[in-house]
Amino acid sequence: MAEAKNRKTVSEGQSNRKGTIGKVLHYIRRYWGFLAVSLILAVVTVVLTLYVPILIGRAIDNIIAAGKVDFAAVGRILFRVAAAVAVTGICQWVMNIMNNHITYHVVHDIREEAFRKIQILPLKYIDSHAYGEIVSRVIADVDQFADGLLMGFTQFFTGIVTIGGTLVFMLTIHVQITLIVVLLTPLSFVIANFVAKNTYSMFQQQSVTRGEQTALIDEMIGNEKVVQAFGYGDRALERFDEINGRLETCSLKATFFSSLTNPATRFVNNVVYAAVALAGALTVLSGGMTVGNLSSFLSYANQYTKPFNEISGVITELQNAIACAARIFSLIEEEAQIPEPETAQTLEHTRGNVELDHVNFSYVLDKPLIENLNLAVKPGQRVALVGPTGCGKTTIINLLMRFYDVDAGSIRVDGTDIRDYTRKSLRTNYGMVLQETWLKAGTIRDNIIMGKPDATEEEIIAAAKASHAHSFIRRLPQGYDTVIGEDGGMLSQGQKQLLCITRVMLCLPPMLILDEATSSIDTRTELKIQETFARMMKGRTSFIVAHRLSTIQNADVILVMRDGHIVEQGSHEELLAGGGFYSELYYSQFQN
Amino acid sequence: MKRLFIYLKPYRKECICAPLFKMLEATFELFVPLVIAAIIDTGIASRDTGYIVRMCLVLVALGLIGVTCSITAQYFSARAAVGFASRLRHALFEHLQSLSYTEIDRLGTSTMITRMTSDVNQTQSGVNMTLRLFLRSPFIVLGAMVMAFTIDFRSALIFAAAIVLLSLIIFVLMRISVPLMRQVQQRLDSILGITRENLTGVRVIRAFGQEEHEKAEFEQRNSMFTSVQKKAGKVSALMNPLTYVVINAAVIWLIWTGAIQVNLGILTQGQVVALYNYMSQILVELIKFANLLVTINKAIACGNRIAGVFDVTSSVKEGTVDVLDVCGAGSAPAALGEEQKAVPAVRFRHVSLTYQGSQDTSLEDIDFEAPRGSVTGIIGGTGSGKTSLVNLIPRFYEATSGSVEVNGRDVREYRYEALRRGIAVVPQKAVLFHGTIRDNMRFGCEDAADEQIMEAIRIAQASDVVEKKGGLDAVIEQGGRNLSGGQRQRLTIARALVSKPQILILDDSASALDYATDAALRKAIRELPDAPSVFIVSQRAASIRQADQIIVLDDGRMAGKGTHEELLKSCQVYQEIYYSQYQKEVQA
Repeated sequence: MAEAKNRKTVSEGQSNRKGTIGKVLHYIRRYWGFLAVSLILAVVTVVLTLYVPILIGRAIDNIIAAGKVDFAAVGRILFRVAAAVAVTGICQWVMNIMNNHITYHVVHDIREEAFRKIQILPLKYIDSHAYGEIVSRVIADVDQFADGLLMGFTQFFTGIVTIGGTLVFMLTIHVQITLIVVLLTPLSFVIANFVAKNTYSMFQQQSVTRGEQTALIDEMIGNEKVVQAFGYGDRALERFDEINGRLETCSLKATFFSSLTNPATRFVNNVVYAAVALAGALTVLSGGMTVGNLSSFLSYANQYTKPFNEISGVITELQNAIACAARIFSLIEEEAQIPEPETAQTLEHTRGNVELDHVNFSYVLDKPLIENLNLAVKPGQRVALVGPTGCGKTTIINLLMRFYDVDAGSIRVDGTDIRDYTRKSLRTNYGMVLQETWLKAGTIRDNIIMGKPDATEEEIIAAAKASHAHSFIRRLPQGYDTVIGEDGGMLSQGQKQLLCITRVMLCLPPMLILDEATSSIDTRTELKIQETFARMMKGRTSFIVAHRLSTIQNADVILVMRDGHIVEQGSHEELLAGGGFYSELYYSQFQN
Repeated sequence: MKRLFIYLKPYRKECICAPLFKMLEATFELFVPLVIAAIIDTGIASRDTGYIVRMCLVLVALGLIGVTCSITAQYFSARAAVGFASRLRHALFEHLQSLSYTEIDRLGTSTMITRMTSDVNQTQSGVNMTLRLFLRSPFIVLGAMVMAFTIDFRSALIFAAAIVLLSLIIFVLMRISVPLMRQVQQRLDSILGITRENLTGVRVIRAFGQEEHEKAEFEQRNSMFTSVQKKAGKVSALMNPLTYVVINAAVIWLIWTGAIQVNLGILTQGQVVALYNYMSQILVELIKFANLLVTINKAIACGNRIAGVFDVTSSVKEGTVDVLDVCGAGSAPAALGEEQKAVPAVRFRHVSLTYQGSQDTSLEDIDFEAPRGSVTGIIGGTGSGKTSLVNLIPRFYEATSGSVEVNGRDVREYRYEALRRGIAVVPQKAVLFHGTIRDNMRFGCEDAADEQIMEAIRIAQASDVVEKKGGLDAVIEQGGRNLSGGQRQRLTIARALVSKPQILILDDSASALDYATDAALRKAIRELPDAPSVFIVSQRAASIRQADQIIVLDDGRMAGKGTHEELLKSCQVYQEIYYSQYQKEVQA
């Protein structure tokens, strides 16, 4: 299946090639000023570079034989050479800087656009793609693309100008020999084109295989501890080697075949050079031109063909770059989450009236998970969700937060469909603590103030004390300014969870979602936090998911879920008295 | 960097042949100006058309030999570079597998991933370019100089001077730009970090409406990256113009000297043309060489960083004992004598642990033994060292002092494989991998039969999960994203049971399970024939209440040891924990 997918990507890529180039140009357009200067400088540089051989040729014509040297003329000509060279040097330098500027900024813009896109991608996309693969697009692919683009600027354009300029200069010396050059050189272009066409799919293949390998690396190295605990290392290595082997094969192909361009075109150039030498020498014999002319002409023949050489080299590099760019653009153009309507309201401090009305939802099209779910939560109510694992509790949270949209029916907050609010305002009205603790690389403080960046030191400490995180934070080497690495580094699961709770404590939004918020915290601490939670939940609509029934007994409504449906609903006492599924669950914890 | 060369060793033939063929090609290229000089001085001077035609055919022949040599060289270098990268990646991956948890903590995930991907790619293109061009360019430069000496000594001195000056320029520019390149790479790493973070933490970021903040942060790092890149670019942008100016200054000097020499009758006009051609060749090659140096430098920087990872070696040394057995006994428990049965499965002797780079001890003077087949409960507050304690048993970390014994032998004497085959761990964080449920179940036990797997799944109370997902062939997404927390946890427990471990460690791994499931799970494990020695780390008193022995941890120290009843009488910390959970529920 993976193979079929690869093949599809390859052919799609080919047809998209022109489109991709167009998109790249779109990014470059912003820097047209720099581009214009760069182009002008390129023309100046090239013309002067081409003028120098003419001058040298003239100088040589003044150095005929012993006693027949016109020193005055040679001196005058050489002085002009010096001036031309100096100007060329300066122009070239400025041009290089311009080209760097354009390339680096285009890359900057593309990366930024990709990152912006990540922020508005639907969770469905992120949940179903390997992180490593997306990261590799934003980092490695953009890098490769930048290399190609820079080469394109520095060599492609000057190459073209050189070809044009040389042509003009050659025509001024001798028309017929120029024709020989012009007729022969396209050969090298044909060859280059042929190679490029045939190697594009190889590069694409290489790119895809690399992505596959990165995904495996991301998964295995990312969970290295589990891999080691199970002694899976050897087999991980086997799987790695399998992909590595394939990568080696397609990499070799791509590298070797693309490198054929250079020698092949160089050979064509050598033939052209020989032809010019022959025709030129014969013309000199018949008095059609001087030896100096021949020298200039040979130097031009070289210069005329060299850009073809370079351009073909650049084209190979560009193949690779475009393949990479295509992958980046496919990320950038990925369908974003449904945009907010212009009329979207900002949910100001909600009262906390939440209704679920005939909600249907499924992650996979033909496997309904939640069907016809109805629920009305009054402001300030505490709603607990219990049920066996996999019954859809977490899914409800995904829907409440609008991480996913309902398939049918609607969810309303304060009487308005949540799709009519801005996402941001809806989400910031919830304080969320998840079982999966996530912390970003940065200081403890950075992590706590996420929801309230302007919090004062006192507020932060108060929040940390409320969540009982203060004492362990204080003991860290730099207290609140301790830098924790990605994914919390050395902190224990429980400590991470305490930080996640502190984060919510600090900003205290009008509604709360606690999804197994204390699952990793010891019960003594938990008991203390429960008190804080109780205070916090007062007057706030809260949704609590927990396995420890002790944590949800005080809920106003307990919803017992099973397979996406609510099977029981009521207070703790009512449900126990009812003697249904809930009481079964409840009593099971005392049977040992 | 040097240490990476061993991965080039198998390609010795390629590494010699590639530059060799390139040099051959270059040699033929060097003859071209001589042939042209001959055409001018002999062919044109003596008006010999036949001679001119012959010489032009020589030019074509030189080109033909050149192209053959070049293609051969490309092939060899591509093979060497691609093969090198492939071996390097393999070695790196293997090396990472050999590191202990301490080093994994230190390196960090994203560093390891960058080293394995983009850094290796860069070194690959570095090797490729080096093999193809590194020798070729200096060879042509020197060759052109030698040729110049054969033509005229005085003019050749100009070549020598120009080459010295050019080398100097290249050297100085490199000295400035290399550290800048390193900075560029560092900035790129930080961009990678934030990108990854925004994918793994997408829910939290969106829940807190942090998108704008993250964008701003990214923008800032991205701009920093661009500005460092531009700075580095400014330096390398000097390379081409400077070399161009120097070479042409040399040309001017050369023509002037040539004019004098010709006037004196020492040189011919054709020879001046030849000298000029050689000078042009030097320019072309130097420009190529400068570009090459940039690539090589990048590659060396990447290579050094990769070598840095190789330098991080496991701080833990593997033992030699192959089998996790009671000393001298066979593997079947039935065959054990009384004396051997009495050897405890696990024994901690005054164990202390301080993590690398940490000030405080995480465990202090832990001393207990767990008899074969017994259940040991470990309970204590957040950060009290429960996980640290069990991590010492499979030797994920090394005790700072004291010793940990498994089956009567210090864990340091075992080979990792032996130790970890016999000890199964269910970690706190339930991680599953992309692949079928069967693949995941076989994670620690490659050849497990389906019955064995189903049995483990049954014990782990996960039969309904497998059923719901559609059997063992159902595909689990990366990280188990298509499963709920509880489903994942039960599957990770099943995974640990598949290999029928002697010792089973459940590190708070039932936290996402409801009480009924948790209890059923513990019961099923107890009822296993050849029941493993079990360690249950938990926050819940209910989960460990039935254990044969409970160890109460408080801030890294043992606050109590004994059965539930004993501890309830004697251990204050345990009492607090227990009543915090039970008081209410019992009264309710």
